[in-house]
Amino acid sequence: MAGVSDTELREMTQEDRVKALGMTTEELTGRSMFIEFKPEEEERFTYPWLPDVDFNKRAEIDTDKMMTTEVNERIRELMKEGYGTIVLKNPRGKHSVGVGILSRLNLIVEGSLGYFGVGLIDGPMVRIQGRVGWSCGENMMSGVILVEKNAGSTFGAAMRGGDLVCRGSVGSRTGIDMKGGSIIVGGDTGALSGFMMQRGRMIFCGNAGKNLGDSMYDGTIYVGGDIQSLGVDAVPTELTDLDRSWLTRKLTQYEMLPEKGVDHFTKIVAGKQLWNYDNLEPSEKKLIL
Amino acid sequence: MAGTQYRGSEIKDVDQFLKDSSGLDSDREKEIGQHIGYRYDVNLVPDYDRLTPFLKEYIEVMGWEDLNWLEDVHMGYEEGRPAVFDRNINGWVRVPDSIDLPDNQQDRDMIARELLIKFQMSDRHPLVMLRKAYMKF
Repeated sequence: MAGVSDTELREMTQEDRVKALGMTTEELTGRSMFIEFKPEEEERFTYPWLPDVDFNKRAEIDTDKMMTTEVNERIRELMKEGYGTIVLKNPRGKHSVGVGILSRLNLIVEGSLGYFGVGLIDGPMVRIQGRVGWSCGENMMSGVILVEKNAGSTFGAAMRGGDLVCRGSVGSRTGIDMKGGSIIVGGDTGALSGFMMQRGRMIFCGNAGKNLGDSMYDGTIYVGGDIQSLGVDAVPTELTDLDRSWLTRKLTQYEMLPEKGVDHFTKIVAGKQLWNYDNLEPSEKKLIL
Repeated sequence: MAGTQYRGSEIKDVDQFLKDSSGLDSDREKEIGQHIGYRYDVNLVPDYDRLTPFLKEYIEVMGWEDLNWLEDVHMGYEEGRPAVFDRNINGWVRVPDSIDLPDNQQDRDMIARELLIKFQMSDRHPLVMLRKAYMKF
């Protein structure tokens, strides 16, 4: 990598850049990266290529007459200028607003968002004062999204990490294909919530619709209300003391702790009958399904 | 085999996968010759009384109130050695021998979280070079 400047890289084609950086000789083993941590690594808290922002520096964007792309570009420009608190005014249900923010940021949305709002984020704290459409927080990596009202279907689809919170109720297929993080819902959730869930945690303070946790591979679902039905391979289990303390902590943090506490929550986990599904014989698959 | 248990090894000991790198425990695992599932409890929620000073500072800098995405980071075991899975490179990063492992998973998880943050934010993380090679100027 040494000896090639950013200016030179900029003038190259992508293929030439990859060759110049010596990446074409990389041998992919398919198992481990065989990299070791260095205990003496420098202590940093953000990615080295990202601008640092100051939460006390505040800016507002009136999005009323702006296209989604313009809004997202403006957010990035302000972050480069060091603004750590950005308020979006008049979002009027625009789709895909605030996606791909990879740094810490305090983003406040004064209104409602359409579909795929604040997806693919890695770090920011987002507060949405209205409602959100489908797939809010889709592929979220880290950070916090707090929705004050209701959310549409596939809330937190394929989410990887962070806290995705809805004070109201959410639609169906909440946390579909979820691979980490926590989804916290103050109200009810629709059918097939936790479908193909692989990791992470969901808390529903209200009721859950049909086929909760269908085909889940791992992860944990906590439900405070009634469960209409469980899906394939989703099984109830007992709450532990650690579960209780974690639930209490998380719900208190978002001011959603029920008056009667958390002892009434039902904990759902994977029965793990679907593990290594590919290695099952056809007759075995039939038996499970 | 139809109708029998397909579950993987039950984790009985914090050093189980250090002592037995293959970790093939159940009949099903022995039959298919591979370990089923994670080599740590992915559902273990963190004990916040065990936060390290570095993690406390990280939470404060990020403006969060808890470990956030790090709640899903645990110390795992790859080929008989302690390692942490880095989702940004889709691979295991090994814990050097110079680091003494505590005798419980909760404290090990806190070390794993601290090591992973420092590595991900460092200039030697593979994402730094990947970004240089593939970023859109």
